[in-house]
Amino acid sequence: MNIFLFAVSAALVNNVVLVQFQGICPFLGVSKNTKTAAGMGGAVIFVMTLSSLVTSLIYYYVLVPLGLEYLNTIAFILVIAGLVQFVEMFLKKKMRALYKALGVYLPLITTNCAVLGIAITNIQSDYSVGYCVLNGTFSAVGFAVAIVLLAGIREKMDETSIPESFKGGPIVLIAAGLMAMAFNGFSGLL
Amino acid sequence: MNRNLERLYNGLVKENPTFVQMLGMCPTLAVTTSAINGIGMGIATCAVLIMSNFMISMLRKVIPEKVRIPAYIVIIASFVTIVGLIMQAYVPALYESLGVFIPLIVVNCIILGRAEAYASKNPIIPSIFDGLGMGLGFTAGLTIIGIIRELIGSGTVFGFTVTAELFEPVAIFAANPGAFFVLAFIVAFINWRGIRKAKKTGEKPKTDTILDCAHCGNLMCKGRLNTENALQSEEETEKLAVKNSEENASDNPAEFESSENESEVQD
Repeated sequence: MNIFLFAVSAALVNNVVLVQFQGICPFLGVSKNTKTAAGMGGAVIFVMTLSSLVTSLIYYYVLVPLGLEYLNTIAFILVIAGLVQFVEMFLKKKMRALYKALGVYLPLITTNCAVLGIAITNIQSDYSVGYCVLNGTFSAVGFAVAIVLLAGIREKMDETSIPESFKGGPIVLIAAGLMAMAFNGFSGLL
Repeated sequence: MNRNLERLYNGLVKENPTFVQMLGMCPTLAVTTSAINGIGMGIATCAVLIMSNFMISMLRKVIPEKVRIPAYIVIIASFVTIVGLIMQAYVPALYESLGVFIPLIVVNCIILGRAEAYASKNPIIPSIFDGLGMGLGFTAGLTIIGIIRELIGSGTVFGFTVTAELFEPVAIFAANPGAFFVLAFIVAFINWRGIRKAKKTGEKPKTDTILDCAHCGNLMCKGRLNTENALQSEEETEKLAVKNSEENASDNPAEFESSENESEVQD
C-alpha cells in the first residue's frame, strides 16, 4: 500500500476520535485552550508511536511463538501502563525540557482507550511491525489535529451567547459532531 | 437485603453511569448505532463489572495498597478476555459489530471506578449488587441512546420497522456525527431540568460534569488535569521544587505567589 495514502487514511479518513470514538475523555476534557490541547496531542503522538512499536514486537515475537495470542488484551494493557510510567520516570530524570512539555499529560494517557485501541486494531489488521508504528503515529497525529481544532472552536465559543441549557458540555458535543461531519468528507480522498 | 436493593437503585437511577455520572463515553458514543448493539455492549460490561467487583471484594484484604491499581487492571483484563471469548463463541455477529470495543472494556472508567470506590472497601454480596446495579444502569443508558439513534437514523427499533415507511430516515443519526448530536441533546435536557428545578428552589443550578476530568475516574492522573489551574499549579510547584533544590530558598510562599503572577501576565 502507498505509504502516503496509508498515513492520510490513519490520520484523517479513519480519525481515531471523530470516526472511531476512541479517546473521547481527553478529547472533551483537555480541549479548553489550544496550548494545553497541543501539549496533549504531542504527548499522545509520543506515547502511541512508542506503544505501537512495543506492543507489536511483543505480539509477534513473544505471544505468537508461545501460542498465547488470546492473552493480548492483558499483555497490552500491562505493557502500556508500565511503559508510560517508565517513560515518565525516564523523562523526569534525563530530559527535563521534554518532561516539562509533556510530563503532566503522560499519566492521563495510560488508561486512554485510544492507545490500547490502536494497539489492538494494529494486530487485528495483521499489519507488520513497520506499519503498526506508522499507523500508531498517524492515528495520534489525527488525534492531535482533532483536539487542537476543537480547542480553537471552544476558544471562539467563549465569546458567543449560548442557550442556558446548552452551555458547557452540550455545545462542545455539537461542535464535535459538526467536526465529525466535516471529517467524513475526507473519505473522498481515498 | 435492604442494602442490596439500595445498591441496585443507586446504580440504575441515583448514580446512573451514563446520564448522571457520564462515565464510559467512548463505548456510549461508538456502539449505540442500533439498540441491539447498545444492549449487547451493556450486558458485556455488566458481566465484567459483576465478576470484577466480586473478585476484588474477595481479595480486598490480600492486595497490598501500593500495587492495587495494576492488580485491579489484571483482574479486569482477565474477565474481559473471558467475556470476549464467550461472545466470540456464542454470539459471533454481535462480537463482530462491537469489534475493538469488547477488549476496550478494560479501560472503561466505570469498572476501575467501582473497584476503587466500592468493591475494595465493602463485603462481597453488596459489591456484587453494586456491580449489577451499575451494569444495569449502563445497559439502560446505552439501550435508550441506541433506540433513539436507530429510530431516527433508520426508522427501526431492534430491527423492527417503526417509522421507516412514514418518512425518510435521517441516516446521519446512525453514522458517527449523530452520536455527538444525540448525546448533546440528552445532556442539554438534563441541564434544562436541573436549571428549572434550581429556579423553583432558588438554588444555584448544578451544571453537567462531562467536561471536567473529575468524572472520568482515571486513577493514574489523580485529578492533575482536572482544571487549567491545576495544570498551572503543577507547573509552578515543579518549578518551585527545582528552584528550592538549586537555591535552597527559605521564603516559599512569597516566591510561589510572585511566580504565579508572572505567568498570569504572560498569558
